[in-house]
Amino acid sequence: MKLNDGIKDRIRALSNRKEFPDKTPYTGISVNDIINISGNFGISCREIEIASLEEEIIPERYVRNMKSFSATDQATLLKSRITIVGLGGLGGVVTEILARIGIGTLTLVDGDIFEESNLNRQYLCRENFISMPKADAAEKRIKEINSSVTVRKHSEYLNEENAEGIIGGSDTVIDCLDSLTGRFVLERASKKAGCRLVSAAVAGNYGHITTIFPEDPGLKLIYGDPENTQDKGAETSLGALSHCVSLVASLETSEAIKIILGKGSLLRNKLLVVDLESNAFETIQLL
Amino acid sequence: MKKQAYITLKLFASLGKFTPDSADNYPVEPGTSVRDLIAGLKIPEEKAKLIFIDGVKGELDSTLNGGERIGIFPPVGGG
Repeated sequence: MKLNDGIKDRIRALSNRKEFPDKTPYTGISVNDIINISGNFGISCREIEIASLEEEIIPERYVRNMKSFSATDQATLLKSRITIVGLGGLGGVVTEILARIGIGTLTLVDGDIFEESNLNRQYLCRENFISMPKADAAEKRIKEINSSVTVRKHSEYLNEENAEGIIGGSDTVIDCLDSLTGRFVLERASKKAGCRLVSAAVAGNYGHITTIFPEDPGLKLIYGDPENTQDKGAETSLGALSHCVSLVASLETSEAIKIILGKGSLLRNKLLVVDLESNAFETIQLL
Repeated sequence: MKKQAYITLKLFASLGKFTPDSADNYPVEPGTSVRDLIAGLKIPEEKAKLIFIDGVKGELDSTLNGGERIGIFPPVGGG
């Protein structure tokens, strides 16, 4: 990215020498200074943050990421695009975490509106948001958390017709849907668009998560042949618990971040199974 | 008399209700298939979507010789 020297001079002028909790030094810049430079130069906060990181000046909002990520890693996250399909239990938590960690562009997809039974687990749902479109609530939440995130909002359900257009250009897609048939639609579109997919599902105290690259067999290893798959699973009889949903959603974001940074081991052709009733966590080999 | 062997059985989510008392030491005849196992437990076959044996995906036709750890998951799709 080519930004004029005036912007980089301004970033440097407003930066401050500081210390991490372990007393190692860093140079930081505040959220308000980023917003002001963005306003003065007519350039997005996201681009200002990327320019700042290129100068090894750390936006304060990401300082606690910096013992795990390099400035280059953080800039990579800001340049990345993730699509979140489904903005209910899993999707609400995924949205919250990815906005805070600093994913630059989040595409939000859900045609649903909130109802009272969502309040037990869906972070985006509030008492005064009942009947509000979930995608509107997600956009609002992201803007409150991180004004550097670009939001692309689709208040519609993903289907065979619109799927490729919505997810095309994403680095990674996160499946936060609540139906088996919907998951297969998303998987087909992700493969066609060449997108990597992180997929998870929950029921009661149980959940599982996997990562699917376009060339991988994917969901049929878990659910069998899509032609013979019912639309709903054990969640119909077990419901969904907030703590289990949140945990599994966090695992999805962890996979997505590792995919984008190219670091760590992934759950490709593996399924991480979570059973909170007996505290059992097991990664099983699908192939 | 046929030789008896034992497996460890873990039934997940909505299949939990089919768990026998002896799940940690469940007797099977060597050579029993997973299909026979789930039939004996009265689990509807279409509910046994994901079978894993010692941490690796298995099939209904996989056979058990004793000593294995078996996990069975129904389809789970909530989000």
